[in-house]
Amino acid sequence: MGRTLFQKVWDLHAVRRLPSGQTQLFIGLHLIHEVTSPQAFDMLRQRGARVAFPERTYATVDHIVPTLDQRRPFADELAEQMLAALERNCREFGVTLSDLSTDRQGIVHVIGPELGLTQPGMTIACGDSHTSTHGAFGAVAFGIGTSQVRDVLASQCLAIDPLKVRRIAVSGALGPGVYAKDVILEIIARLGVRGGVGYAYEYAGPAVERMSVDERMTMCNMSIEGGARIGYVNPDETCFEYLAGRPFAPAGAAFERAKTWWRSMASDPDAAYDDEVEIDGNAIEPRVTWGINPGQSVGVSERIPAPGAAGGDADAVGEALEFMGLTAGAPIQGTKVDVAFVGSCTNSRLSDLREAARVASGRKVSPHVKALVVPGSKDVSRAAEAEGLHEVFRAAGFEWRGAGCSMCLAMNPDRLQGREVCASSSNRNFKGRQGSPTGRTLLMSPAMVAAAAVAGEVTDVRGMLG
Amino acid sequence: MDNNDRRIDRVEGTAIPLRGNNIDTDRIIPARFLKAITFDGLGEHAFEDDRRSMPDHPFANPAYAGASILIVNENFGSGSSREHAPQALKRRGIGACVGQSFSEIFLGNSTTIGLACATASAADIELLMAAAERDPEAVMTLSVEARSIQAAGRTLPLNIPGAVRESLLTGQWDATGLLLDDFDTVRRLGASLPYVGGF
Ligand code: SF4
Repeated sequence: MGRTLFQKVWDLHAVRRLPSGQTQLFIGLHLIHEVTSPQAFDMLRQRGARVAFPERTYATVDHIVPTLDQRRPFADELAEQMLAALERNCREFGVTLSDLSTDRQGIVHVIGPELGLTQPGMTIACGDSHTSTHGAFGAVAFGIGTSQVRDVLASQCLAIDPLKVRRIAVSGALGPGVYAKDVILEIIARLGVRGGVGYAYEYAGPAVERMSVDERMTMCNMSIEGGARIGYVNPDETCFEYLAGRPFAPAGAAFERAKTWWRSMASDPDAAYDDEVEIDGNAIEPRVTWGINPGQSVGVSERIPAPGAAGGDADAVGEALEFMGLTAGAPIQGTKVDVAFVGSCTNSRLSDLREAARVASGRKVSPHVKALVVPGSKDVSRAAEAEGLHEVFRAAGFEWRGAGCSMCLAMNPDRLQGREVCASSSNRNFKGRQGSPTGRTLLMSPAMVAAAAVAGEVTDVRGMLG
Repeated sequence: MDNNDRRIDRVEGTAIPLRGNNIDTDRIIPARFLKAITFDGLGEHAFEDDRRSMPDHPFANPAYAGASILIVNENFGSGSSREHAPQALKRRGIGACVGQSFSEIFLGNSTTIGLACATASAADIELLMAAAERDPEAVMTLSVEARSIQAAGRTLPLNIPGAVRESLLTGQWDATGLLLDDFDTVRRLGASLPYVGGF
């Protein structure tokens, strides 16, 4: 019987079985950022411990960076303190930091892949739940809490339980204007926000195989929104092509040897899965969330469900509609938006910006909408500017910002005000997520965000793609 | 502190019922309170936005101020990996959470800081919630060892994953020491990986 990629990677990295029954798992790459690491470094200091493998640890700053004025010291004292602490910690413990003074800064889940740090067959941990993003390369990558960040810093290991594996095969081909974001929103709507608890999701099937690595990252990124701590795609030629020539990827003959090993880590054709699900890719349309968790979405041509529909969690639907101020049974199209945000580790890569720019090009942002585009990294920013995308956005009335997490969460100056409604390419529509306790978030693809910015309301992007 | 001081085999106290599924970490501790380099003071901000917008939120109710057992429904703690969420609860005096289910990362984070999480059937959760709503003064006793909770004159069974129970009972919920026990093996395994040792 064959094994899945998850099982192969797990077995290869298992140090031993702990008395508790958990596995001591070696972590091949530890990514850190300013929010979840300072307390961990303090705990290390208290114990007089060192970072066990500083060369397998890589740091950046993303959550708290302002995207308008990035000069130091930051206007926000707390933000400045956090970055200063990270700088001090990295210096003291010998960890490489891509901060704002370097040209490699960006959202941790954007820079790991683009620097070639993220590779197939690795175990990757980071104090951030969207670490699942890195699974797009066939890595076993997952988010951890601060005490576990301390564990990995001190020992390069975690005490952890294995997961079951659910294969999610997406058949067919996605239509024009339909993206990986729509596929993952569909999957979460179908399987539920807790459907993935206890599972790693393996995304497969023709529609996934045809996706670029960027798109695969979008899917893996949101695995956690479906309850799955890990999502991955088996490594293939698309993945190897992406890695070739990246700063931390193997080069020359070593790259060829690496490919052989990477290929061997993919799930065997006769691997056994704990569960299998089929999704018809042909049937997916652009999706929009109407509620307060990422499972509450509909196709753009559909109507907002009534309490009692949508999985039958009547209370949850009622609570969501009340908070969102939306009417059961009304079409989602035509929902007015105040803010449009293209960014976040889900959808801030060059290909995302290109799709949004296609829509923005030659059009104008609706006068009542504040629209911003926030590239995921300085590298994305440079590449987009080289193509003139920033000009396209500016001409249409979007703001073009510096790299960071921005309006994905309320830790920097970019945030919603009052009850504003935001069309957002990010990953969470939780109450208060975008900075205003009463602010409202509609999740959708970057192209759909651009379309909403132009129309001033939720609209079907397929009518705008020439 | 040696492990003996850290052992947690029972949590006793009054309970606070918090109804609703999928209560996410952004609600437990809104992101703006993550802007700090320590966990100090987080307790004050637990459920801050919910407390403000819902005057009848249990965490806004003085009757539950001293509660040490939090009763919740399904998928509690979903969303972000922020350990700030269980830290905020712990710093507010919560020693145990009993719910229908928890998000995985929340459960792991809670365990590593010695916040005991246990699950129970929907019917038993309803019973516990009703008991705490009827009488906020009612004392409940959760036993990690026996995997049970005593409340309203009854003893209800709890489910606590083996590894969680083990780490709470032995006081080894802080795993660092354990992970460093056999560091030579760790080093050897690291070096044997092609992407570490070289392709
Ligand atoms: S972009 Fe959003 S989800 Fe991604 S790391 Fe930043 S805050 Fe977290």
